[in-house]
Amino acid sequence: MADHDRRGPSGATAEHPAAPSPLRPPGGGGARVELSGWGWRHAGRESYALRGVDLTVEPGERVLLLGASGAGKSTLLHSLAGLTGPDGALNGDQEGTLLVDGLPADRGRGGVGLVGQDPETQLVMARAGDDVAFGPENLGVDPALIWPRVDDALDAVGFPYGRRHPTGALSGGEKQRLVIAGALAMRPRLLLLDEPTANLDPAGAALVRGVLERLLAETEATLLLVEHRVADVVGLVDRVVVVEPGGGVVADGDPAAVFAAHGRSLAEQGVWVPGDEPSPGPAPAPGGGPRVEAVGVAARTPFQLGAGAPPRRTVLEGVDLSVAAGTATALTGPNGAGKSTLLTLLAGLSRPHRGAVLPRGPLAEADRRPLARWPARLLSRHVGTVFQHAEDQFVTGTVRDELRFAPRRAGADGAGTERRVDELLERLRLTGLADAHPYTLSGGEKRRLSVATALSSGPSHAPGVLVLDEPTFGQDTRTWTELVELLGGLRAEGCAVVVATHDELLLRHFADVRVRVAGGRAVPGTAGKAEL
Amino acid sequence: MSVSEDRGRRGGVPAPDAPGAGGARHWLARLNPAAKLLAALLLGLGLVPAVDAVTGGVVLAGVLLVLPFSGIDRHTLLVLGGPFLLMGLSSGLVNYLYGEHGAEGALGAAVRLLAIALPGLLAAVSSDPTEMADGLVQRLRVPERPAMGVLAALRLIPLLADQWRTVTLARRARGLEAGRNPVRMVTLFFGRLFALLVRSIRTGTLLATAMDARAFGTGPRTWARESRWRVGDTLLLAGAALLLAGAYALSARLGTLVLLFS
Repeated sequence: MADHDRRGPSGATAEHPAAPSPLRPPGGGGARVELSGWGWRHAGRESYALRGVDLTVEPGERVLLLGASGAGKSTLLHSLAGLTGPDGALNGDQEGTLLVDGLPADRGRGGVGLVGQDPETQLVMARAGDDVAFGPENLGVDPALIWPRVDDALDAVGFPYGRRHPTGALSGGEKQRLVIAGALAMRPRLLLLDEPTANLDPAGAALVRGVLERLLAETEATLLLVEHRVADVVGLVDRVVVVEPGGGVVADGDPAAVFAAHGRSLAEQGVWVPGDEPSPGPAPAPGGGPRVEAVGVAARTPFQLGAGAPPRRTVLEGVDLSVAAGTATALTGPNGAGKSTLLTLLAGLSRPHRGAVLPRGPLAEADRRPLARWPARLLSRHVGTVFQHAEDQFVTGTVRDELRFAPRRAGADGAGTERRVDELLERLRLTGLADAHPYTLSGGEKRRLSVATALSSGPSHAPGVLVLDEPTFGQDTRTWTELVELLGGLRAEGCAVVVATHDELLLRHFADVRVRVAGGRAVPGTAGKAEL
Repeated sequence: MSVSEDRGRRGGVPAPDAPGAGGARHWLARLNPAAKLLAALLLGLGLVPAVDAVTGGVVLAGVLLVLPFSGIDRHTLLVLGGPFLLMGLSSGLVNYLYGEHGAEGALGAAVRLLAIALPGLLAAVSSDPTEMADGLVQRLRVPERPAMGVLAALRLIPLLADQWRTVTLARRARGLEAGRNPVRMVTLFFGRLFALLVRSIRTGTLLATAMDARAFGTGPRTWARESRWRVGDTLLLAGAALLLAGAYALSARLGTLVLLFS
């Protein structure tokens, strides 16, 4: 018994062959999923996300669900999880039937486990064990049987800590493992995975992928998986189903056969098809003198209130870094190591604990003071920032107003402003959406708009420095390619581009200088292209 | 029952990393949060009729005696208790300047406010939020959905603080800054608040969806952690009642008792 409490970092007990496994639900095997003529329309929308879906998944099958972004893949998983019924969390109109083991999915009570994208919004409790116990509690499992289930589930995902470990102190990858354990503890006959590695850094994604591989090899549950980066998971599934936005199933079968027949058209729709990744040709980097320079910069984590809050700690120490014009500088490194902090410092948005971020070259002619002391209005004209969550930087009610905002405040005349706004709308393919509310855009459109707002404030075409936090995160190949080419164009015009990213493909095609941020230091590495 | 209790204790042993659960938990921290809340409620409501300094003072002294056994560090006490101390002092000052009972009445007002506030503060800060929710649901029969909802929301507070910082930085990046203009400061503050609201509604919706996906609210629940009522919990309530009675008795004996509206 006591052995459980000293669970080793490798989760060694998980490999024990005699242990009752949460991977094998009682009653044996997986659920049978049947959809016929199924469709879903989100509340308040005119068109269906999916319509006329006919699909049968046999017990124990492993299915990868593919489709362009906005094709309703997540919605399908949520519906199977019973979230779209009359009392469900999601509102909208449903048509056709959707059966799990012969019963309408919205009547299912348990038996289905769902793992979503962001572990941050899936953990309910403050302690790891309590969180895994939450599902079984809701199912009314006898309390005496809950804790053995919790231990089994924690073992199954190789969770390296004890039950009382605070969930707030886990890394992203560890949190997502815990979320998977929480689903397994419910002993699901149908397991639904909605881009489970999308929000993780490469180390965290690798951790979760390891768990998924074991799960896929061992579980008897039926499994439906949505994954953006197809290459990572295609070896683990035995069937690929392609759905079409507003339509139903357009391809179904063995992975190799589906990709042979539909790979090209999927890639054109923006799906990351293995062996068919985009290879953009951004304009070459002209290089140039320094624009912004960090000198002996140190930064600390922000102050947190409340009992048991972690004390402030130093995330960056003695960082010297120069950002050059006409060059793409990429910040890499694990999550939480200070990439985003360094980014906000370089953008002049926050003050370093020690040291300073100083303007150089043409920026120094505007104001010689450290960037953090520039008035916001001046700063926004010279340094553009694109945040990871595009919504954070929207300040008006329409796409057009978003782009008018900066030039108007800079005192530009009406006609000149309108011309620039139209140019930007055209350039970022937003013309048709000029009067839409920024919050109502799709993920890719929001990303393009957030880049456009950062460009709109520049004096001529763009600010001298453009700083972007994970700009390609979660984008389909079309938006991805557009972004790389747009940023390449800005670089060619002499803009200093700084990106914090995990995206290996972006690093390969775009980064001129890589800076690894880890252990409080920022270590410049070799040029991205030369390395590969 | 014995099995779950056994398991619970087992899970509770090796947690050097769990906040507030280190090796020897303090006496007050070990008690059932439901008992602490009831005791605080008893003292707080019990003091409402008495406005003199002696009754409140005796209760305040009694509660202060418990303080060393609560496990609350000085920093937390200062940050959270500071505002109450300030409120107490300012209430005293206002009563002294404008009240009808002079210095005595002012002291009474200040002491009474502190004596009412401190027990609640102690009960809240010395309790683990999870145990508090367990206690509320299992012992005090508080409805499950709001209790679990508040508990889940508590987990999101650090996330909310992060989002607030990001929204603030994003405004500066867009060239929005109040400078020294107080009117702009107010409008910008509400702009940020709105952006944060949008973000937190999204976050909250996602969390609620995740809770529903784990079968929350689909039927009767069971409790993996049993919120136990022990002898100590009964003693705490009895102690609180005794303290209150003693305070009234002493004040009446000394002839200092002043009741509200008397």
